Amino acid sequence: MTTTSITTGRGLAGQPPPRGVRTRRTRRSWTGWKFVGPFMAVFTLVFLAPIAYSVYLSLFRTQLVGGTTFVGLDNYVAAFQDPQFWSGVARVGLFLLIQVPIMLGIALLVALAIDSGRLYGKNFFRISIFMPYAVPGVVAALMWGFMYGTRFGLIGNINDAFGTSIPDPITSSFVLAAIGNIVTWEFVGYNMLIFFAALRVVPHSLYEAAEIDGAGQWRIITAIKIPAIRGALVIATIFSIIGSFQLFNEPSILQSLSPNYITTYFTPNLYAYSLSFSGQQYNYAATVAIIMGLLTMLVAYVVQLRGMRKEA
Amino acid sequence: MSSVSSTGRLSGGRPGSAGTSSGTGSTTSSAAPATGRPAGGASLLRTRRPRASVTRPRRSLTLTVLTGVVLVYSLVPLAWLVINASKTQKDLFSSFGLWFSGDFALGDNIRQALTYDDGIFLRWFANTVLYVVVGAGGATFLALIGGYGLAKFRFPGKRGVFAIVIGAVAVPGTALAVPTFLMFSQMGITDTPWSVIIPSLISPFGLYLMWTFSAEAVPDELLEAARIDGAGEVRTFFRVSLPLLSPGIVTVLLFTMVATWNNYFLPLIMLRDPKWYPLTLGLNAWNSQSSTAGGEAIFNLVITGALLTILPLVIAFLFLQRYWQSGLAAGSVKE
Repeated sequence: MTTTSITTGRGLAGQPPPRGVRTRRTRRSWTGWKFVGPFMAVFTLVFLAPIAYSVYLSLFRTQLVGGTTFVGLDNYVAAFQDPQFWSGVARVGLFLLIQVPIMLGIALLVALAIDSGRLYGKNFFRISIFMPYAVPGVVAALMWGFMYGTRFGLIGNINDAFGTSIPDPITSSFVLAAIGNIVTWEFVGYNMLIFFAALRVVPHSLYEAAEIDGAGQWRIITAIKIPAIRGALVIATIFSIIGSFQLFNEPSILQSLSPNYITTYFTPNLYAYSLSFSGQQYNYAATVAIIMGLLTMLVAYVVQLRGMRKEA
Repeated sequence: MSSVSSTGRLSGGRPGSAGTSSGTGSTTSSAAPATGRPAGGASLLRTRRPRASVTRPRRSLTLTVLTGVVLVYSLVPLAWLVINASKTQKDLFSSFGLWFSGDFALGDNIRQALTYDDGIFLRWFANTVLYVVVGAGGATFLALIGGYGLAKFRFPGKRGVFAIVIGAVAVPGTALAVPTFLMFSQMGITDTPWSVIIPSLISPFGLYLMWTFSAEAVPDELLEAARIDGAGEVRTFFRVSLPLLSPGIVTVLLFTMVATWNNYFLPLIMLRDPKWYPLTLGLNAWNSQSSTAGGEAIFNLVITGALLTILPLVIAFLFLQRYWQSGLAAGSVKE
């Protein structure tokens, strides 16, 4: 094969090169494409082509009379003036500001607690708190939807037992908090595991040194552990932001139980879905999706910049 | 711009290798004699409490109870599901949610769920398995060879590949879903299994994980030796590298499996015919049956079906713990 010719000019065979430094032995050739090619081919089909098609769609408008016409940026102008779209954006924005810090905060505290080695049965804690991640979002939403219920849910049980009349949170203005709780339940364990995995590779000699210097537990957490896993924190934050902006499954499942509170434009994702599949407004739906994509990338990028600057 | 800075970050973080330091950290007993000496006097002065050092922790009941709150939060809904899967529909409405009551109908519920509507649940189950095996299996394979290629070869356009893939992770699913649906409908493959399988084949996160994992797990010297022996790159990959990559493969496989098993949005858009539904879509159809005119309410079957849906994944995670936890650790250090 092509590879046989390389074997000649190789001098420092026994010496491992420092990592991260380009080595002479990895020759620049097209061989790598044999491995990366299949991924990139499918990637082009299911990622790049739809994105390009989306952009194309967003520049046109289809009407019953007159057919499809090129309208330039008119769809974008319309979206920027669309109160339904912005109410959805505001809703996921609020969700993001409240749910993400709570979820990541709990995940971090649990990860620190497990990593401290001061828990009884820490493996049981780790695997149990992670378990909800294996539950599909659909099942989680159905399950919590039942539990929230006043008929045979836990809220109903509480009302029966204490004579209270707590409303079903999904059929009240608490619906966003109810959804936040479901999402938190699903992903606390996953984020905890990311943090825990990052904490485990912090060299313990650092803790010993700090302790000799008289640092207490709390000081070690704030001065060593948290800075050491900043990268994991930034990544988890970015994934959570992307997740919040894409909020769809939970509100979509709960919609049938609470049509008055979960509108068709409850989140931008739900809005894009309703536009295209009940309204047949594919062009406008593509526009909404593109704006949301850009917004997500922008926020994720800002978070990454801020997170990385602190690191320096 | 962003891609350049993040390339630097990724490779820069690598030397703090997972394999070496995690091993020493976890064995507290061997570290104990070393820390015992210097800490002795100082800690007596500082505090009257029994000594609890970071490197030699004492178990704390308070901390256990506090963390226990989160544990209860995580497990109560699952307990609720198991308990209520054992109730008849009548008992569901009349009994306390967190304890068993009435007839123990779990077996009966399972039988009903499996036979309802000519056993459509089993059909959904088989569909889900098909999507998972082909979709997640294919995704893992593509991520595996792609990540390996990125980690072990230099080739023209490598930086471009990196930038595009990282950028694509931030693109929300819906931005793709609608145009993908329109494209697929022009290709005539909506409402077929392909429409669900093909998009599942790409996992940018899986690619990233396999890439960082390959960079660490497969030494360049080993590949060099294989080349000197005259083995082709493909043969080297299967014979030499693949065995070293297995923990990473299990991790990526588990996470793509979860993603495919739990997929809802994509099949919701692509599929109309209930015959091709995965479990998630089917359960939702059963649930909304009660709110449609003339539909029969089958909440007991929804709950039992939900339990049957999550069981395979829970079991997979429990049994493969050792693999995915080490694989995830290797993947997350990079950041």
